[in-house]
Formats: sequence, structure tokens, C-alpha cells
Amino acid sequence: MKMHTYDTVIVGAGGAGMRAAIEATGRSRTAVLTKLYPTRSHTGAAQGGMAAALANVEEDNWEWHTFDTVKGGDYLVDQDAAEILAKEAIDAVLDLEKMGLPFNRTPEGTIDQRRFGGHSRNHGEAPVRRSCYAADRTGHMILQTLYQNCVKQGVEFFNEFYVLDQLLTEVDGVRMSAGVVAYELATGEIHVFRAKSVVYASGGTGKFFKVTSNAHTLTGDGQAACYRRGLPLEDMEFFQFHPTGIWRMGILLTEGARGEGGILRNKDGERFMEKYAPVMKDLASRDVVSRSIYTEIREGRGCGPEGDHVYLDLTHLPPEQLDAKLPDITEFARTYLGIEPYTDPIPIQPTAHYAMGGIPTNVEGEVLADNLTVVPGLYAAGEVACVSVHGANRLGTNSLLDINVFGRRAGIAAAEYAARHELVELPENPGESVAAQVERLLSATGSERVSEIRRELQETMDANVMVFRTEQTIKTAVAKIAELRERYLHVSVQDKGKRFNTDLLEAIELGNLLDLAEVMAVSALARKESRGGHYREDFPNRDDAHFMRHTMAYREVGDDGAQTVRLDYKPVVQTRYQPMERTY
Amino acid sequence: MATPTMDKVEAEASASPYITVTFRIRRFNPEVSAEASWEDFRLEIDPKERVLDGLHKIKWELDGTLTFRRSCAHGICGSDAMRINGKNRLACKTLIKDIGPEKPITVEPIKGLAVHKDLIVDMEPFFQSYREVMPFLVTSGNEPTRERLQSAKDRERFDDTTKCILCAACTSSCPVFWNDGQYFGPAAIVNAHRFIFDSRDEAGDQRLEILGGQDGVWRCRTTFNCTDACPRGIEVTKAIQEVKRALITRRF
Ligand SMILES: Cc1cc2nc3c(=O)[nH]c(=O)nc-3n(C[C@H](O)[C@H](O)[C@H](O)COP(=O)(O)OP(=O)(O)OC[C@H]3O[C@@H](n4cnc5c(N)ncnc54)[C@H](O)[C@@H]3O)c2cc1C
Ligand code: SF4
Ligand code: FES
Repeated sequence: MKMHTYDTVIVGAGGAGMRAAIEATGRSRTAVLTKLYPTRSHTGAAQGGMAAALANVEEDNWEWHTFDTVKGGDYLVDQDAAEILAKEAIDAVLDLEKMGLPFNRTPEGTIDQRRFGGHSRNHGEAPVRRSCYAADRTGHMILQTLYQNCVKQGVEFFNEFYVLDQLLTEVDGVRMSAGVVAYELATGEIHVFRAKSVVYASGGTGKFFKVTSNAHTLTGDGQAACYRRGLPLEDMEFFQFHPTGIWRMGILLTEGARGEGGILRNKDGERFMEKYAPVMKDLASRDVVSRSIYTEIREGRGCGPEGDHVYLDLTHLPPEQLDAKLPDITEFARTYLGIEPYTDPIPIQPTAHYAMGGIPTNVEGEVLADNLTVVPGLYAAGEVACVSVHGANRLGTNSLLDINVFGRRAGIAAAEYAARHELVELPENPGESVAAQVERLLSATGSERVSEIRRELQETMDANVMVFRTEQTIKTAVAKIAELRERYLHVSVQDKGKRFNTDLLEAIELGNLLDLAEVMAVSALARKESRGGHYREDFPNRDDAHFMRHTMAYREVGDDGAQTVRLDYKPVVQTRYQPMERTY
Repeated sequence: MATPTMDKVEAEASASPYITVTFRIRRFNPEVSAEASWEDFRLEIDPKERVLDGLHKIKWELDGTLTFRRSCAHGICGSDAMRINGKNRLACKTLIKDIGPEKPITVEPIKGLAVHKDLIVDMEPFFQSYREVMPFLVTSGNEPTRERLQSAKDRERFDDTTKCILCAACTSSCPVFWNDGQYFGPAAIVNAHRFIFDSRDEAGDQRLEILGGQDGVWRCRTTFNCTDACPRGIEVTKAIQEVKRALITRRF
């Protein structure tokens, strides 16, 4: 076991982690621990853009952006946080440009902007061009630009280090962050990082679904590490299903395609979104569009022999526009489907995309231990966190924004905290729990396979807690997850080695997915209303009287060792906007 | 809307798609043996699936010790460059049907970087070269309050080289790099190019100084392997040529 000591440790090197690192490095002795090489992070897959009311191409302001964010989130958004997001968006984009990000430009040489779902002028009047972009590679450019600036600043990375445990020490009755425990892929060695502050920026958890836009490595490790140590997870029932994933594969085709004029059509060629969202049409909010697609499919207007998808039609757009604005996604259609988007529509279906919920934080990025208390020294930002700026449904282009605004805030806050505080004592045998977990999996001889349990988990999640949910489907999922958790105790791995044991890590990641799937399903079961990404067919309306509140899920361990999910609720912060009916 | 083609695609998709394929994989695990060796795996798979899907099938159903890097699975993260049938490609961007599945498909680690285990190589020297070319925007003077202006044409000038995902397919296909560990390699030059030709940048001269040195662009023998290998379709050789020309003319 190796020991390290830092002021600030950042877990994850995607957009949020590197944005935090750029701030923290100059202010405190900082280490970034990442299970992937930084440039492999899934931020690089983001396509469409980053929202900011720059007003470069038409009138716009941050207040309209705040409103759209709140409405898009079906009023579960904490409005103070949304206001910060929309206000700081402008500098966040300008900062990236100054760091070198090659945005697309207007004829005047300023940053160009385009339309995106749910973003409107003057509180829903008409779509507005608010998304700053670099072709359909905006995430790639953000990730590269942030990495370039990390190189410039000499940020210290520990690549292929998997953080598997969060260390907490109780001081005068308060749980404080003491550091993290990581597993080094190359050697199998366990490392304890003692630090004054820790920032989680470890990304999403989409891999518990089968059809997903998420990378294989998005397994919710950060959420799981905190949850297992008794910290809450907020709003985990809210997961976004993006309308346009490549049929059966889930690879994302950006909403920017519809922003550029692409149209969704059913098997009769009908532009069906006109029925569901007369004003915003194909650019209505994502949850609305995903449900509309499945309604078309269920009512027999889906395409193909099995009627299980619809088309994204770009054929009316000039090829030059597709080449200039959507080069990557048109190439995905060619590579993976053998389809030429100039002339043929692309088969699509909704794909599991984004976790609105996560580790609860306040606007400084400080992690909450309950509704009111922070965990001193512990921070989170990006998709792993829940501030909550996305509420029940995130607007497109607001996540790349979130990681920059709150990544920066968390990086500054963590480093400043480190400057003002001493290290806290480590718990006794800090690496013990991870060592035991690794040891148990390596010596296990059970007959269960990781890949089989993961496949069954993904199938039950797709079937039962996706776009449409009912009490019955969610209960089916809860029961199945319980069965799989039991079977997980009997998994064994074939690779028993120390070097690059990805077999072992897949087993550990599956354990995280199982824990988080349970939290999601249990939280969804209790929310007897429909709001944003959480749609209950048995409770099709929003119920502000009972459910205008955030879910807080805690892990409880009974005296007999049995684990359950305990649910509590937290009020939503409302400032300017009263809940209204949400139409597009 | 042209549906006929769609019907064709879907008809193909619904017919039973599976074929039997042999994956011939270069295995190496120093914990087990100091020697690398070939191992064959036979599997039933839809030829429209990716080579990466085949590797996963092997790892998940046949041999959990098979080790490789991957993340995004759609050609964006740069994790899974490997030598497939003797050519550098991303496993997640290569469909089985496109590489002659009637014959065994060979999969080896990319060349020129030390192999750690199976298909995993040591990426540190690769990233080291990248870091040495100052791969970041350098400007002087006060920062503007708003964005720096750049015309669409100036932005277009370096578009091609902004696409790089640092997968190392180019560098590890370069004979000069195989024979001479000191050469920066195409990927580092591509990333220098990205800044040298960015109208906002002011360190072009410094980068040219670095690339004009012993281990720089003049080592390139224009074999075009790099351009062929690049999964992002970057004209790598052209970028290297442009850097060479800039070194001579000091115009960029
Ligand atoms: C295909 C796709 C397209 C998208 N397009 C857009 C868009 O156009 N606009 C928009 O606003 N949003 C978009 N999003 C959403 C947005 O890209 C993501 O939510 C955001 O990039 C997440 O950034 P992050 O920094 O939180 O996490 P990530 O970029 O996923 O980074 C996570 C980091 O954590 C590390 N990590 C994970 N687990 C561990 C561990 N156990 N130990 C150590 N390190 C760990 C990883 O190595 C990685 O570096 C898109 C998402 C997808 C999937
Ligand atoms: S230039 Fe192409 S082949 Fe080379 S590292 Fe970049 S993306 Fe990979
Ligand atoms: S897995 Fe990301 S490029 Fe292949």
C-alpha cells in the first residue's frame, strides 16, 4: 500500500475534473486521479454545444436562459443554482475561447451560435440561438482545450488510477473528508491519497442501461463510493433519455441535427412532433420528444419490420451544411449503419443519456451529508453531482456548461478550503476496505459471470425504468436488481493477476452499477407523479403538492447486515419562477 | 424521403446475421510468460458488429484475461488503436464485415511502444512527445474582455488538425518511429500544426524551433502510413508537409 499526501485531490479528468484542476493547481498542491487517460473521458463525445446567452447572433439574455433551464427541469431545478449557471455561462464560454477553444465563427468573427431543444427567446416565445459550438465536436474541443491547458500548467495526473473508496473521519461529531483510496491499473497496487479536500468529477452512470450513449466506463464509481459511506444521492430517479440514439446501438446523434433543421418522421413520413409540441416541434424538450417517439412506436407508427424506431430525416438539408455543421454524426451513420444521410433518413430510438441526479452539493460544490450539513473538505461537480441545475430534465447544452461553471467553482472552493485547513486524521487501516474487496473478488470461485449479470441488469433497466414507468414495471426492476445483487456475491473473475486486471475492475464497476440501479428504482417507485425524465403512466401528471421536492436516498445497513435504501426529501429552492404547466 | 434503401437495410438486419469468425490475437502477459504468442478464438458474431464487440465477446464469454483498453466504443476517445489485419485501426470503428472475416482476423498491439499486456501498450512516450511541442494556445498582451475575433476562414485553416483524438494510430504506423524512438512522430506534429496555423497563436516560431530540430519533421520520409492509419481522416502527411514548408518560409 502506497501513501500520498496532497492539498487537493480531484477524482476524474473529464471536463469538470480538468476545469477544477486548472483552478486548483495554482492555488494548492493538487493531484488528479483518473481511471482513464484524461483525453479518453466521455466529455469528448459531446457533440452539440454549450449554452450561453452571448447574444452574438440574436437578442438573448441570461434571465431567459435561467427560465428555460427551470422550465426544462420541470421546476425541480434549484433556481439559485440555475441563475448562477446562466449568468456565469457567458464567462465560461469566453474563458474557453481564451484558452484556445476553436469555436465556429460568425461572419463577424465572433463565436457562432445555434438552436437547441428547449432554449427560447423571451420565456418560450420561439427558439433562440444560444448554443456555442465547434461543428458537432464541441465536447471533443472542450476536452482537448482543457487538457492542453492542464499541460500548460503542469497539472499532476495519476492516469489509470481507479478511486474506489472515500475516506471520512469524524471530528467533534462532524464527518470530514480525509482522502480517497485508489487502485492502480498497471500494478494492482492500492494507494491511499490523504488530502485536505477532495473533488469528485467522475462522471455519469449510464452503463446500467443497454441502449445508451454512455461509454463502457461510465459506471457511477464516484456516486457509489460516497453512497457506501453513508452519504446521500439526490434525485437518482431522474435519468434523461435522449430522443436520437442510433437504432439499437444507442450512439448519439446530436440534437444539433434538429437544430440545423432535421425532422423526426414516423413510418408514414409524418412530421409527428407537430402534434405533440406545436411551437417548438422537433426542438421540444428531450423528455417530451422521447415520449412522443415511443407513443408513435406503441401506436403502430414506428418504422422497420418490427416497428421499433423512427427516422431522423436530414435529406432536405444541403450536403454542404451537413459537412460543415454535422460531420461526425453523418459519419457515424455511414460507419455503423451503412446509411448515406444526404439521401436516406437515419433510424433512431431514444437512448439512455444523462444522470440528472447524483451527489448533492450546494452552489460552491460542497457535498451535503443531509439536507443542511456539508461534509467539510468534500466537493463534487459535473455529471456525478446534483446541484441541482437540471432538475427533472436537463436541457441540451447545459451539461457542458455545468461542468465548466461548477467544475471551476468546485476547483476554487476546494483549493481555498485546503489553504485554510489542516489535514484530518485518516481512519484506521484506510486501505482495508478496498483491499478486502479486491482480495474477495480475486479469490472467489463462484459460478456467476460479471458479463451475464450486467446484461440482465441492462435488460431489466431498459424494459422497466426507461421512458415509460409504472408501479408494476418498477417493482419488477426492484425485484430483479435484488436477485442480481444476491447473485453478484457469487461472481468470480478469471484474471487473477496484478497487471492491468480489467477483468477485476469490470467486476467492481458492476457492483457500483447494481447499487446505483437499486437507488434509482427505489427512488422512482416512491415518486408517484410524472415530472421531466421520470414518467409514470399510472401517475401521468406532475403533483407539486406532494412531490415538488428532491429525493435524498441513503444506504441503511441493518443490525443483521441487510442493506436497504432509505428515502428522504429536500425542498426545492425557488426564487423568481412559480411552477407553470410545461408546454412546448 | 427515400424509403427504398431503408427497406433494404432493414431486410438485411432481420435475416439471421451470424457468421463464424476466428480472431487471432497476439497475447502477452509477463506475469505468465516472457514470450508473446498467438491465440485463436472462434466465435459466432454478426459481421456488422465492430471488432471491439468481438473482443468483448471473447473477454466476456471465453477468456476474461484478454486485456485491452476501450471506453466510448464509437471512435471518439482514442483508447483502442490496434493493429488489425496488419493495419492500425480503432477496434470500435472497424466493422467485422469490412475486413475479410472469411480468414482469421489478426489483432496485435500497435507497434513501436512497449507492450504491457496483450493489446495494452505504454502510452507515456507518446504523450511525452505531445507535451514537448507546446500543445496549447500562447498569446501575449492583455486579454480582450470578449472573445478574440477569428474569421471563419482563419478558423478553417487549422480545422483538420483539431480533430485529433491522440489515439497514436499514426505515430505507431510510422517506420521512422519504429526504428528511432527519438522522433516526435506524426501525432505530435499534428498537434503542433493545430496551433502553428491558428491565427490567434503567437508561439509558432518556438514550436517550429522544436520541430526543426534533430528529432523533428525532417525525419519524416513521407510514407503516408500515418494518413492511411488516421481514424479521424486527418491528412497527417499534408500537415507535416505544411510544417516543413513553414520552417523554410517562416510563413504560417
Ligand atoms: C454522446 C454524448 C453527447 C453529449 N452532448 C452534449 C452536448 O452537446 N452538450 C452538453 O451540454 N452536454 C452533452 N452531453 C453531456 C455531457 O457531455 C456530459 O454530461 C459531461 O461531459 C460530463 O462531464 P464530466 O466531467 O462530469 O464527466 P466525464 O467527462 O465522463 O469524465 C469522468 C472522468 O472521471 C474519471 N473517473 C470515473 N470513475 C473514476 C474512478 N473510479 N476513479 C478515478 N477516475 C474516475 C474518468 O476517467 C473521467 O476522466 C453529452 C453526453 C454524451 C454521452
Ligand atoms: S492524427 Fe489521427 S491517427 Fe494520429 S493520433 Fe491524431 S487521431 Fe490518431
Ligand atoms: S473505444 Fe473510444 S475510440 Fe474506440
